[in-house]
This record gives sequence, structure tokens and C-alpha cells, in this order.
Amino acid sequence: MTDWIEIAALDDIPRLGARVIRTDTMDVAVFRTRDDRVFALRDACPHKGGPLSQGIVHGTTVTCPLHNWKIDLASGEALGPDEGCANVFATRVDGGRVYLALKAGEAAA
Amino acid sequence: MKQKLIVIGNGMAGMRTVEELLKLEPDLYDVTVFGSEPHPNYNRIMLSPVLAGDKQVDDIILNTLDWYKDNGITLHSGEEIVDIDRLGQKIRSRDGSELSYDRLLIATGSRPFIIPVPGADKRGVIGFRDIEDVGTMLDYAANHEHAVVIGGGLLGLEAANGLRTQGMDVTVVHLLDSLMERQLDKPASTLLKATLEARGLKFLMQAQTSEILGEDRVTGVRFADGSEIPADLVVMAVGIRPNITLAKDAGIHCERGIVVNDTMQTFDPKIYAVGECVQHRGDCYGLVAPLFEQAKVAANHLAQMGIGRYQGSVTSTKLKVTGVDLFSAGEFNEGDGDETLVLQDPSQGVYKKLVIRDDKIKGAVLYGDTLDGTWYFTLMREGTDISAFRSTILFGQHDVGDAGHGDASASVMALPPNAEICGCNGVCKGEIVDAIGKKGLFTLEEVRAHTKASSSCGSCTGLVEAILAGTVGEGYDQAPSKKGMCGCTEHSHDDVIAAIQKGELKTQQAVREALDWKNPDGCAACRPALNYYLLANWPGEYQDDAQSRFINERAHGNIQRDGTYSVVPRMFGGLCTANDLRAIADVSDKYQVPEMKVTGGQRIDLFGVKKEDLPAVWKDLSDAGFVSGHAYGKALRTVKTCAGKNWCRFGTQDSTGLGVKLEQMTWGSWMPHKFKLAVSGCPRNCAEATIKDFGVVCVDSGYELHVGGNGGIKVRVTDLLCKVETEEQVLEYCAAFIQLYREQAHYLERTAPWVERVGLNHIKQQVLDDADNRKALYERFRYSQTFAQVDPWKARADGEAAHEFTPLKIA
Repeated sequence: MTDWIEIAALDDIPRLGARVIRTDTMDVAVFRTRDDRVFALRDACPHKGGPLSQGIVHGTTVTCPLHNWKIDLASGEALGPDEGCANVFATRVDGGRVYLALKAGEAAA
Repeated sequence: MKQKLIVIGNGMAGMRTVEELLKLEPDLYDVTVFGSEPHPNYNRIMLSPVLAGDKQVDDIILNTLDWYKDNGITLHSGEEIVDIDRLGQKIRSRDGSELSYDRLLIATGSRPFIIPVPGADKRGVIGFRDIEDVGTMLDYAANHEHAVVIGGGLLGLEAANGLRTQGMDVTVVHLLDSLMERQLDKPASTLLKATLEARGLKFLMQAQTSEILGEDRVTGVRFADGSEIPADLVVMAVGIRPNITLAKDAGIHCERGIVVNDTMQTFDPKIYAVGECVQHRGDCYGLVAPLFEQAKVAANHLAQMGIGRYQGSVTSTKLKVTGVDLFSAGEFNEGDGDETLVLQDPSQGVYKKLVIRDDKIKGAVLYGDTLDGTWYFTLMREGTDISAFRSTILFGQHDVGDAGHGDASASVMALPPNAEICGCNGVCKGEIVDAIGKKGLFTLEEVRAHTKASSSCGSCTGLVEAILAGTVGEGYDQAPSKKGMCGCTEHSHDDVIAAIQKGELKTQQAVREALDWKNPDGCAACRPALNYYLLANWPGEYQDDAQSRFINERAHGNIQRDGTYSVVPRMFGGLCTANDLRAIADVSDKYQVPEMKVTGGQRIDLFGVKKEDLPAVWKDLSDAGFVSGHAYGKALRTVKTCAGKNWCRFGTQDSTGLGVKLEQMTWGSWMPHKFKLAVSGCPRNCAEATIKDFGVVCVDSGYELHVGGNGGIKVRVTDLLCKVETEEQVLEYCAAFIQLYREQAHYLERTAPWVERVGLNHIKQQVLDDADNRKALYERFRYSQTFAQVDPWKARADGEAAHEFTPLKIA
């Protein structure tokens, strides 16, 4: 079962930007695209753990600020030729509010 | 339903076009490829190393059969197309089967030219073109003794070297009196001949072949003067002819090659052509780099994007014979009014010649030491004015101040595989060579993407280029003459700057639309650049876009490897008071700053500040009178000073006071890259002003102004701009120089490479010779500073962009 947690108003997240959510076990980066889609990834680049929330967002990709790896926001996969994957969390926007699904297993991952 | 694209020719040009097309529009076409050879696409230029035994056939396959399958491409290898029915839009293969197309791409390449002498059809007479030819040569090498190679050009010499390596007795027959006459001048050609003779090759120069002797099989070659030599194998390498039979039979307009326009379209609009079979603006190309440029353009039009144009190529050549270093480009034989610079060191086997016209390089021939080939080629292609360093240009790039790897003058290819090339990313030569071979890389960008070599600080770029050139030979795709800013656009930095200035484009959206950006949001490389260009050109009008700034500039601190930030308050001219130090000490205590360090720019760095604490740290510093030091930005950094004449017994002027004035004038200014100043009070130069972007060295009679220095990746000593008499002049010249740099340099280009690229003369013309222009530059800088000198720390301490610094709370 998915527990949707309300985390913010859509407008709290800048377009082509991100905000961070602190959980007990990790930071989660929540991204907003130009067309107001919202994605969430664990805030750690699969390369060297760089904070993806601080990167530049373009299309549905974020570029890690430490070494310029490009991570797909929907799948968490590094875009070629780099290889690696960041944890993805489900999100939902409803009535201008953003909801995030943190399963117990995922939160502990 | 998908459209049908048929590609005739399964070689490098055709498949490169398909690859480029897949990148742009993977789903537009059903692609079917016909190739007459029974192999997947392989790297034809690597046939020489295969013949010489340096590589195996498997090593040179570029696209495996799986690649065709994975990309949904139907491959008919070993199947020849015999007819194109243009009216019916279909093609027919040798076995009679027909297939219709919506678009057709002809990439049939070329055929070796076989001299029409009696006996040229005997067994044992071959060209040097494909895997089959190499197989034949290897067979003969195993079972026979005498080989004759007709043609002393690039291909002929590579074939001859390969056959000699395989143990044959090889004679090279050449019609003219000098080898590789299309690439080399006489002296270089003589050196080359001597080297190859020392390896056991024999040469018959000015020899005209009149007949191939033998019954069914070759036994010898007879020449016009009646002499004969024995031969079991004759390799004809006198040139190639575009393979246009199919196109010509179909009524497509051909001259020497299939005639195409700048979009690679033939006279039939449904049919495109690329590669060695085409003729573009009167030229046919036989090297790989131009073919790849053509492929890019053809793919763009096949993808219906309609923006690329092919405008011809400038090419350079390297001979792929292990141990022979040779490079040539452009017009290497001087014409009337040209000057030549020559360096000759016969005992070391080194010869370098540059042909100069109007202070620009027009051609180059290098033998024995080709390390600087790519540099000369770049200078030539970009038309750089070389007058400022012509006295040392032949000694190479490292001698012009662009040091760093000067000790690599021994050929890079001689380095062992475990030699570290890229110090930032720890990449060794062997890894680079492997990646180039296994992944079929041809460009610097590809090598960077796959190995990370030269992708960080870039100082090893020249070495990586040299390895690339040495590994793939002339196939090395040197950056096209005009390089796109990033993957989002074909337009260069200069194009973009010009469009912003002349087209009065004032938003990023406007730039991206006007210049046909491929991605609506741009990418992490072009967004910060556009943001800067707009900010620099439209001060007070353009609204800075925080989401287009790298995190350091968005958060106004340097992100550290653990995700914390560093804070560096500005100390004008490096001066400080006890109260300043006390305030910094208090902040350090209050926020438990883990480490403090005095920086090289004469200020204090607080490390390990958590992002959430930044606004509060800034508030305390701001209350004590500090502003941001911009230690994180592509911006004015520090003004380093020495003690000066107030204290120092050698000081000639008030260097600290002048430093403070310069910093007060310039702080807050955004730049293409970081920018550092220094003022030294006497020629002892304790402030190290001659390795700064702008340095002042005080002398008794005034101030020497130096520009374009760099103490970082590549140490570069400044060029002397001029000497002035008053502090007011220093300020005016400094502001004018900065503004010229801000308006004309490319984003992320420091002043050192910028000065080398545009030439010191250009800067002198703009800043020294034209006093009105200098004043105008100065005024534009002062105007833009009225918007820039707002302390970003105070603004954020007062609540601006608060979302940047606070995590979301779970509701």
C-alpha cells in the first residue's frame, strides 16, 4: 500500500529547480519541471553521492553539481555513457499540493 | 506508418549518418541498409594497422550485428544494389528483389583507381580498399616474396609498410620525384623516404609503369624505360575514384562525384548522398573528418529539422605508420607573397614548416615532432593573428606561455600505457587508447564522455587530442571549424553573442527560439552561459535567472565535497582591522565552523558551513560591514596587494591603496570566468601581478599594466599591455579591459586563452589605440556596475530566495 504524504505547495518548489525533504534516514530531492511535473529522487548521485537537489534541471533531467552526471528524473538512471541509478520515489500533484510516497522499505533503503 | 529510409552503402559515412539520425529522430524511419561487403560497418582507416599486424579485424568493427538488431535496422550485407528506379521510388538488388523507399541515402564510397596498363587484370593485382584486399595481401605475404606498390601517396606507403612488416620484399613505385607530394613539401618528403628506406622499403622514383607482366598470375612489372622488376603481388594505390556508377545510371547529376548541395541533397530531392562518393562545391573528400561533418548535416535534414549546412572542410593528414610522425595541413607550399618559417634539425630527424600569409597560418608540415600539429591546425582554422608570438611559434605551444605539458615534447605515443594523462580523473593513456578502439571514438567530446579524460580542468586536452590523432590517424575528427556551444545547438559562442547583441535578444527563451535550440530548457552547459551573456549585454534589463546558475552562484557559497559550503567575506585589497577579525572569529564560534584558512587571495575562508546556516552567517558578517567575496563565482574574485610604499622600503607607489580602489570599482561584477587582480608596489612583484588576469606593477615613473596571466592549470605569464602615469588611468584601462573581456570572451574562457585566441594586438587596438573606444568600454563597465554592486549576502540575510536555504517540512 502506498502512503501519500503531503509535502508542499507546488509553488514552494521553483520551476526548473528543487527542494529537499529530510527524512529520518536520508534526504529526498523533489524536482519541478518547466511544465510543472514533479519528480522525487534520493538526494545522492549514484556517482559520488553529490546532492542532486543542487543541480541544474533541464527537461526531465538533472545535472549533478559535483561532476556533471546527468540523471533521468523519472527513472533515476544515469544517462549514457555513465552508469548508475538513484532511488526514485513516486509523487503526485493534486489541487496545487505535492504528495510524496515514502514506503517504509524505501525510506530505510 | 513509418517512412522508409534505404541506405546504399554500409560504410563509415552511411552508418555515421544513421547514428546521427537515431540520436535526433529514432522513430521516424524504418531503416534498411545494403552493403556490398559481407561485414558489418568497420573502421576502414584502420585497415593499415590490420595489415601491419597491429590490430585484428574484430578490433576495427564499429557497429556490431547486435547494434543493427537493437536499433531495428535491417541489414543486407554482401548484397549489391544494381538499379535505382527514381520514378517508382524503389531499388533493385543483384538477386532481383525490389524495395521501395521514401528517402534514399547513397553512401557508396569510392573505388581504388586501377591504372589501365596492359596486364592490369591479372591475378595478384589489387587495390587497397577493403577487408578482402587486406586478406589477399596477408595471403600473399605468407606465401610469396616480392610485392610492388604503385603509388607513393598516403595509402601506398601504409600498404607498403604493412607488407614489409609482414616480411615481404617491397618496392614502392612512384611517378613523381617526391613521396606524398599532396601532403608534404620536398624536405619533409626526403626525410620520410630516408626513414622508410632504413626500414627496408625500396623506392623507384619517377618511374612510369607500362605493363604488368605474367601469364595468368603476376610475375613482374615493366616500366616505360624498358626496365623490369619481379613481382608476385601488385598493389595499385594511385588514388580513389568516387563510386558513382549506380547514381549515374539512375540519371542523378554527377560530375567527378555525385553532386550535392549544402544539405547533402542530390539533384533528386528524395535522395541524399554522403561520403567519398559525393562532390560538394567542386571538392571530393577522402578523409574521415569531413565525412562525419557531412553525416551530421544529412541526418539533420533526414530528421526534418532542416538547420544544418555543410560548408566544406579544412583537412589535415597524419600517416599511420608506427614510429613515423608526420603531419600536414593546408597550403604547405608557399605561393607568391607568402612567408615561411622553418625549423630543421636533421640529426634529430625533425622538420617543421609553417606557411604564413598576412600574419595567419595557411599551411603546416611537421616531421619527426608532430605534438603541436593540432595547435597549428587550430590557429590556421580560426585564422588567429600570430604576429605576437611568431618568433617562438615553431618551438611549440608550450613555448608561447601556454605551458603545463611542455615536457611532453617527446611524442605522446611513445608514452607507456600506464602513463597518467588526465590528473583530475586519473585516466591513463592505455584506458584512452582502449576506449578509442573498443567504442569507436573519433572526437574529443566522445573521448571525454567515455573516459572523462580532459573533462575537468581541460589542461590535458592537447595530450588527449594527440592520443586520439595518433590512434585513429587521419580519421581523427578535429572539432569542426565552427563548434556548437553544447549539444543543444549548432551555433558557436560567437554566433550566440552576436545574435544577442545585434538581434537585441533579451531573454533566454528569445535566444533559444531565435537560434533553434534543440531542447526547450537548454542544458546545464548552455543555460549558465546564456544567463551570463544576457546579464553582461543587457545590464539593468535582463532579469538574472537563479535556476540557470551553477549551485555555487545560486547559493553564493562554494559547495564542498560533503555538501556543506564555504564562506569567504571580501577584504578589500587584503586589508583588515582587529574588529573585522573579531567579527569573523565570533561567527566561527557561533556557527561552529570546523576549519578556517587564509586563502591565496589574502582573505579568510570559513569551511564546513551548513546550507541552512548560510543566511544567518551572512547576516552576522553583513552587520560587521562585510560583503560577499564572490569566491564561488564566475566573477571578480580578489585584488592581491603587497605592502607598498607606505611601509616597504622598496615600494614606489601606494599599491595597497590602489588595490583597494580597484576592488571597490570592480567587486560584484559577473564575468565569463573568474577574474583576479593584483597590484605590486615595485618590480620585485611580491603580489605576483604577472600571473593575474589584470596585474599592475608599480614603477617609479608610473604603472605597468599586464593582462592575460594565469597561475592555475597552465601557468601563463601576462602580456604587457602598456604603461600609464596616474591611478585614474589605471582604473580606466582596467575597467576597459574587463569590459572588453566581458563582452567578447566565451563563457568559461579565462583571460589567458582569450588573449591567445584573439591576439594581444586586438586588445591593444580596442583599449590603447582607440581612446574613444576605451572611454566607451569604461562607461559601459561603470554603468553595469550600478546594477551589480548589490551584496547578495545581505539580500539573502534579509530573506531573498529563502526557499534556496530551507528544507521542506513534512506537513
